[in-house]
Amino acid sequence: MIPLSWYLILSAALVCVGVFGVISRRNAIAMLLGVELILNAVNINLLAFWRYKDVSHVTGQVFTIMVITAAAAEVAVGLAIFIAVYRNKRTIAAEDVADLKG
Amino acid sequence: MILDQVIFLITALVIIIAAILVVSVPKMIHAALWLILALAGIAVLFVLLQASFFAVVQVIVYIGAIAVLVIFAVMLTRKAMQDDGPQLNRYSVLAAAVCLMLFVVLTGMLLSWDGASSLPVNPAVHPDTIINLGESLTNPQGYLLPFEVASILLLAALVGAIFIGREHRAGKEEE
Repeated sequence: MIPLSWYLILSAALVCVGVFGVISRRNAIAMLLGVELILNAVNINLLAFWRYKDVSHVTGQVFTIMVITAAAAEVAVGLAIFIAVYRNKRTIAAEDVADLKG
Repeated sequence: MILDQVIFLITALVIIIAAILVVSVPKMIHAALWLILALAGIAVLFVLLQASFFAVVQVIVYIGAIAVLVIFAVMLTRKAMQDDGPQLNRYSVLAAAVCLMLFVVLTGMLLSWDGASSLPVNPAVHPDTIINLGESLTNPQGYLLPFEVASILLLAALVGAIFIGREHRAGKEEE
């Protein structure tokens, strides 16, 4: 039997790696990959809590479906934005796209 | 008993190493491939959690759709960033320190929590949890509204992605 803490610690590690990727990668697509890692860590947590508490309550599973849906929408729109930015500015580095900066 | 712990530890090691490579390898196409390995490891974890539906969804949606989408985007933007240039910005050392600190604090909090060492309530999940899930998603007293909102979100994202990604002909469209 695997204790609940193992899943939680793995998920914490995955979140930290994802946050590092979002903060420090220059390539905008690589930042999206970091967000994917964070959302997957969330899914692990939700399903672990569902499994280790009452399995007849499906709230954890329903919320996992919502997270997967939001992740799919986010990737589709995000990649479309980056491809549009690339078409107009010929760059994909996040720091070069600062037109809205005050 | 001990077998699932061994499987968990091997899978966790693979996931963490793949995730670290995702955020650190210079070539974007390699990062996308390492992401596929990390997502496959997470699918194995879902099998260990006896969430069979989500293991299948993980493979179909994340590996089948999202990873392929990312690989296409990487290929379309290939010439933009030379793979030999610096891939991390100047805050990367500070970011690594902050993330390491975050991990230590989170782990310390989790280990000091009483519920963290709890074991699964019943060893084998009742076989009709998938039926429960499907029924609660179509039940107005259950999660019908979030389910419909999620489908509207997907439709809006679909339309938005097509509109943003479409090539605007000069002079023909607005501006």
